[in-house]
Formats: sequence, structure tokens, C-alpha cells
Amino acid sequence: MGVRVVKPGMATTVQDLGRPGYYRVGIPPSGALDQYSSLAANLLVGNDDAAAVLECTYLGPQIHFEAPAVAAVTGADLPPLLNGQARPTWESFAVAEGDVLSFDYLEGGARAYIAVSGGFEVPRVLGSRSTYTLGQMGGVEGRVLAEGDWIDVGDTAGATPGRVVPESLRTAHPKHREIRVMMGLFDHRLTRSGRRTFLGTEWRLTPVADRTGFRYQGAELEFEERDPPFGAGSDPSNIVDAPYPIGSIQVPGGIEPIVLHRDAVSGGGYVMVATVIGADMDLVGQSAPNNTIRFAEVDLETALEARRDRSRRIEQLRTAVAS
Amino acid sequence: MSEGSKARYSFGGDDHLFVELDKEMSLTANFKAMAITTVLEQAKIPGLIDICPANASYQVRFDPLEVPPTDLLVELQRIEGEVGDATGFDLDTTIVEVPVLYNDPWTNETLLRFRSHHQDPDATDLEYAARINGFDSVDSFIEAHSGAPWFTSMVGFVAGLPFLFQMVPRDKQLQVPKYLRPRTDTPKQTIGYGGCFTAIYSVRGAGGYQMFGITPGPIYDPTQQHPDFEEFMVFFKPGTIAKFEPIDRALYDAYSAQVEAKEFRFKQRPVKFSLGEFQADPDAYNAALLEVLHGS
Repeated sequence: MGVRVVKPGMATTVQDLGRPGYYRVGIPPSGALDQYSSLAANLLVGNDDAAAVLECTYLGPQIHFEAPAVAAVTGADLPPLLNGQARPTWESFAVAEGDVLSFDYLEGGARAYIAVSGGFEVPRVLGSRSTYTLGQMGGVEGRVLAEGDWIDVGDTAGATPGRVVPESLRTAHPKHREIRVMMGLFDHRLTRSGRRTFLGTEWRLTPVADRTGFRYQGAELEFEERDPPFGAGSDPSNIVDAPYPIGSIQVPGGIEPIVLHRDAVSGGGYVMVATVIGADMDLVGQSAPNNTIRFAEVDLETALEARRDRSRRIEQLRTAVAS
Repeated sequence: MSEGSKARYSFGGDDHLFVELDKEMSLTANFKAMAITTVLEQAKIPGLIDICPANASYQVRFDPLEVPPTDLLVELQRIEGEVGDATGFDLDTTIVEVPVLYNDPWTNETLLRFRSHHQDPDATDLEYAARINGFDSVDSFIEAHSGAPWFTSMVGFVAGLPFLFQMVPRDKQLQVPKYLRPRTDTPKQTIGYGGCFTAIYSVRGAGGYQMFGITPGPIYDPTQQHPDFEEFMVFFKPGTIAKFEPIDRALYDAYSAQVEAKEFRFKQRPVKFSLGEFQADPDAYNAALLEVLHGS
């Protein structure tokens, strides 16, 4: 059993929960950028949490099914079409042998997740099927999908069409969001005015937005003057090359902040001034170019409460989809 | 925290803790990062996901619902105190000989394509680096770069890319700024230089480091087909010691043929590194290291 890729879409990759534990040698966690939506897709088709899905960016692929299956599409508002007929998002539907799944144009968000019962079965690399293209690892030959690719699908027994994620548990896709951050890391290098600018500006996402990072435009941040420490480099935004947290926000040259995501470069020589809290990383993954955001500062307690809220929402999702 | 500690602890969101051990780069700061992260690995704290030693800092990633962040902070500070200046800590590592074709045709072709991104468009990267470091020729600069060994102070940016810091006193450190604007292309296995670090590009791609040469030996092999990669796909680990060995084109081609036949292996030997002994007499210590490498 498997599927044939007729058209690859734009930057479609195989992803799962990710590949933790190898960041010390520069291998980032990878995995679906919107973990909540990819989990929802797996639950809808009766898969384990760890089953691999397809992550589609902006433009959906066209996929030919060589055997019957149950499929679901979640995440971005990317309307699925089965043999040209509309199918709902956030709801599982039956697919027959020979059917072709394609997509209409994106209506909101950035990344849609396709799950099929049994999961996409590319070989595991360091415990994960996730694609990490910079390292040419995982997924289909370590790259985005290409026309003609074949992907095996696991055993599909036990899946039922017609399972639904209720409206209240779906991800909304407004064009403007608040993204919660904790200030820190090298934020002491900003002047008082630089810090105000960072938190006060409405930042617009540029087209430089991929699984590695999201680059925004909006203002220039002012740094404190200093004598460069040995090995740091002369620009005020340089540091001795250091690890980059997933979700950290670096500001090379004081302009165009970059939020690193799950395919992050693991370290480098630019100041980071804040980090997106864990609970909001899924939302960063759903930002499309020209969407705007504001960084809202929260403390550790608030970030942990947000994480617990997200865990509770996931439990509600499991219960709702199972019933 | 130890008396007079320069360490600065900062949370990166609710699931990372970043520790800057020193603002400046030094072997001392790096070795302290190695020592603390080694102790931390052995402590097997539940909820710790990643432990990343870096040049003058380190970082951990954790699940804050499994290990309370403020408890973890206290534990890291306790370990920092226990490790102290790390002079009592020995690192079991390897020393490896990295053959380098300096001034090679591939990085030279690449650098000519990106002259508009460079501080000195009329010189090659090597000519520029030699001049600003006060050397009278490219050859004498290469002699300095390939003389004393280098310590892998961090692995990252992309998979398997080592940052190396030369094991010489501060006044002998080579320093070269990065390109004014990054290139969109760098050949795989380029020997690059930025700030006070040599980097070996593990994969082809964008980069801002000056380009000095190229090694024929693969350092990253995600499909694990080459003999040095039977156990793991990344060759350089934090703490690996490297000696660059200048080679000519004939030897480069011979090694490349071995790589093609999947028979190439780096020359390497296990070695124990002690910061205290190194600091007592760097020249003698480096000479002893090279004897380990070249001994039978």
C-alpha cells in the first residue's frame, strides 16, 4: 500500500513528532511546525501520535492513492478535493483505490497536515521519520517531495471516516496575532528604547519564512555601545557563537528579527533578545508572509500556565475525536 | 555558583536554559562548558532533552512539566560550583589529522563569484587574512594555521559543522572578520574562518566565513556509507582535537579517489586532554599531542 506524488506542491515534507536529542551536534528537532494540528490529523484517522504526516506549505500537493484508506486534513485552511469534489478539513473521509487528493487555494494559515490511516512509512533516521532538508536527512531522501515519489503507507485497519474535530478545538487563522515571548538571553544588549521598539512594533512576516526560521520587518532596534569581547565580532549585534534555543528571536544588525523554528540552525553569532514560549510555537508555524504579529512579553509562570492549557486542550481533542 | 563566577543564566522561553560562562572566547571558558555538560550528561536528570556545550556557553532544553525550571537552574548552578575552574577535569577525546588543500581551485572559484560581498575585493580570502594578521606571505599564514592543533569548541549551525579554536595563547590567535554580506554558496568541506574560529562546512550551502581551503575527507554522512561513519553520521564531536595537514593536489586527488571508493579514513588516535597541563606549557603539551597522533 502507498501513495504516488503526482504534483509535489510547495515544500511538502514528511514530518512526525521530531528527532530530539541531537541538537549538540547541530541536528535540530524537526517535526511538524504545528504539532497540535498534526496530532489532530493523526487522531482523526486513528493513528498513533508518532505516525508521520505530510506537511504542506501554502500550496497543496496532488496525491494518487494506490489502495483504499481514510484521510484527514487539518492546520491551514487549505480546502481538500477528492477527484475534484470538495472534502471538509478537520474531518476524516474515505479514500478509494485510484482516488486523487488535491487542493484548492489557501484561505488562511500557512501549513496544512495530511494524515492517512496507517501513517506515511519512510525509514526512521535517529528515531524519527521527519525530514530535515539542510542535513539531507529523513523523509523521502532528506528532501521536499518531488513529482513521481512513492511513499509507503502502513496498515490501515481500524480507521473510520466521519470523525470530526469540533469547531472550538480547531486552530483559527487571523491575519494578525499576538505571540507571547519571554525576554532574556542577550536582551540586556538592547537599549531601553530598543526594548520598547521590539515589544511595541507591529512586525510583518517577509517571504523569508521556512522551517528554519521566520524573518519579520518593521523597525530597527538600538543596541548599547560596547567594546567587543574577544571572539565576538565588531557589530553590536555579534556575540561569541552560542547555541540558539528553538523559538529564540535573533536580530542581526538590529533589523529584521528572525524567529527560529524546529529546523533551526543550532547556533551562531547573533544576539537573541527573546524566545517564543512553547505554547505559541504552533501559531508561528501557521503565519504566512504579510501576516502581522506583536510580541507580548510574559513571565515564566504565565508561560508554564499556557503550556498546561495547551496540554488540557490536547486532552479535550483526544476525547472529542474518540467520541 | 563559584566565587567570582562570570556565568549568566537566562531562560530561553519555558523550555531552554542558556548559560553564558564568559562573554569572551577562551579555552578556559570552553573547557568549563565541556566539564559541566559532561557532569550533566552523567547526572541523567529526568526531563532533560538536549545538552549542548558551546564555545563560551552551554544550553539545555527540557520538558518543564517534568522538571521544574527553577529546580533545574539551582542544579546547574550547583554543578558549576562543583566543576569550578575545570582544571581537575580530564576529557577523553580523539586527535585527528585533517588533510587540507589550501588555496584550492573550488573555493577560489567560489570566492571570485562573491567579491562584492568582501572587505577586500582585490585580494583572495587568504591574502586578506595574511595581511591583516601581519604575515608577510600566504605561506607563512598557512604555516600558522596548520601549525598548532585546534580544539572543537562547538558543533552546530548545521548538522555536523565543527567550530575549532586554536590551542595557542591569546597573542598568537588569528582573527579575521566574516564576509560583509554572507555568500549564498560554499563548497562542501570548505575550511572557513570567522572571528577566531575555523569552521569546516559539513554540507554545501550559504556561509559568511572566509574560505582558506578544502579537505577531501567527508565530515558528515547522513546515509553512513563511509567507514568513519559506521557508528554515527557526525564525525566531529565537541572536544575533538584537530591538526590541519597541508597537502598538494596529487595527494588531494589520491584521497578523493579513496573517498569515492568509500575507503577513506581520517588518521585519528584516542587521547586524554587536561586543561591544567596544557596551560602549564602549551608548546610542550601540543608537541606531545602530535606525538600521540603520529606515533604507531
